[in-house]
Amino acid sequence: MTDKTMAPEDVVARLRSGMTLGIGGWGARRKPMALVRALLRSDVTDLTVISYGGPDVGLLAAAGRIRKLVTAFVTLDSIPLEPHFRAARQRGAFALRELDEAMFMWGLHAAANRLPFLPVRAGLGSDVMRVNPELRTVTSPYEDGETFVAAPALRMDAALVHVNRADRLGNGQYLGHDPYFDDLFCEAADSAYVSCERLVEDFGAAAPQTLLIKRHAVTGVVETPHGAHFTSCAPDYDRDEAFVKFYAATPWPEFAARFLHGDEKGYQSAVQTWHEEQR
Amino acid sequence: MTSRAEYAVLACADAWRDDGEVLASPMGAVPSIGARLAKRTFSPDLLLTDGEALLVGLDGRAEGWLPYRQHLAMVTGGKRHVMMGASQLDRFGNQNISCIGDWERPTRQLLGVRGAPANSLNNPTSYWVPRHSRRVFVERVDMVCGVGYDSAAAAGPSATRYHRIPRVVSNLGVFDFATPDHSMRLASVHPGVTVEEVLDATGFELARPDAVPYTREPTAEELRLIREVIDPQGLRDREVPA
Repeated sequence: MTDKTMAPEDVVARLRSGMTLGIGGWGARRKPMALVRALLRSDVTDLTVISYGGPDVGLLAAAGRIRKLVTAFVTLDSIPLEPHFRAARQRGAFALRELDEAMFMWGLHAAANRLPFLPVRAGLGSDVMRVNPELRTVTSPYEDGETFVAAPALRMDAALVHVNRADRLGNGQYLGHDPYFDDLFCEAADSAYVSCERLVEDFGAAAPQTLLIKRHAVTGVVETPHGAHFTSCAPDYDRDEAFVKFYAATPWPEFAARFLHGDEKGYQSAVQTWHEEQR
Repeated sequence: MTSRAEYAVLACADAWRDDGEVLASPMGAVPSIGARLAKRTFSPDLLLTDGEALLVGLDGRAEGWLPYRQHLAMVTGGKRHVMMGASQLDRFGNQNISCIGDWERPTRQLLGVRGAPANSLNNPTSYWVPRHSRRVFVERVDMVCGVGYDSAAAAGPSATRYHRIPRVVSNLGVFDFATPDHSMRLASVHPGVTVEEVLDATGFELARPDAVPYTREPTAEELRLIREVIDPQGLRDREVPA
């Protein structure tokens, strides 16, 4: 059986400028931040990013890596508005395809099912239709004859997700309460990279419904302890609220210079030093 | 003496009256306290969430699993009544939480449309505004996220089929759309507020009955529940100062 383990740098080496990249998690929850940080260390740019956005989007937008963003929101959760995303958007730094949360979800389902679209009762009557003039409607072929929005498939070149545990074959397990849409991101992508808190040899007596991500949809597995920091990765750890506040209040160049110049190990130790200074 | 925040809690709670066995999705402190008050008193069948992926009883114990993907199905299944916030709201109940200014190049980027387009077409969607002003109650919203009555009508039967905005609650009063053209109507003012005050703080012509009633008084038991059981820390007063 194929051992798919790799380093964050190996993942990034397989990404190219101009790609469409899906990022799992939700808001400031279980984001594959270690992989995003590895991406920031590379020269990959001009990305179309598909994300239920959190600081993953904030970081990539601030660093000028996004050409186009597909999202329903960008938030830090405990701080509702993501400052770096906001600043980039207000200076017109990237194009936006703003979709409703449900349209986004059905777009993932469509892509995972190799369908061009799925019908949704969402978007009609809202300005989502005005700001996305490429969106089309579809009429039910049955007696009701209703008209729906045809949510377009969100097919992606690559997906990045983070889970609690994974094995070397690419099977991924989540231990928190919400799977978010990580399995769909993997199935909607031509290649998918799963980072995890800890690599395991097997899942033992795990409840099978926690085994969210199946290896056939996974290209690479990366062990990145604390790899979702500063987002939450329940139950392994909560969101680092003190650091979220610091991130939101710190000018981008200062934040990047202190935390993003070294490798992942360097990032984790810089965070530790920062916390010690706060005591 | 009942505080302004307590009248607002009461008005929010009443939004879920007679809703039956549906999910109450409150956004903001005052609506959250209102939803729990409704469940503890006149709407015991309501479902509540922990704000994450669980359905919980009043004691906080889990009674069900509701991850985002199932929550979105609850929206389209209609077994939910959400009370959302609004950065802008207009006379037909169009709501904006996405951005201020021109969408192409906004002066202030906000959250994004989130689930408002689907919410407003599929399950009853009420709104909560903690600071009633002309900046929020505008003639026309900059970006229609939650769909108002005029926008739904223009979009056709698929949009209007399950569309309903039961009420808007602010720190000044309660509003509904019980007018022939579904334009916003001042249904009640909270005691201590004048009708003129509401009109001054609203950026559009507000329909109103000849005599505007006051928001109802709480029962002694409702006040006790709010003050001693549901919100002893006084989160309501931080959202709506006296």
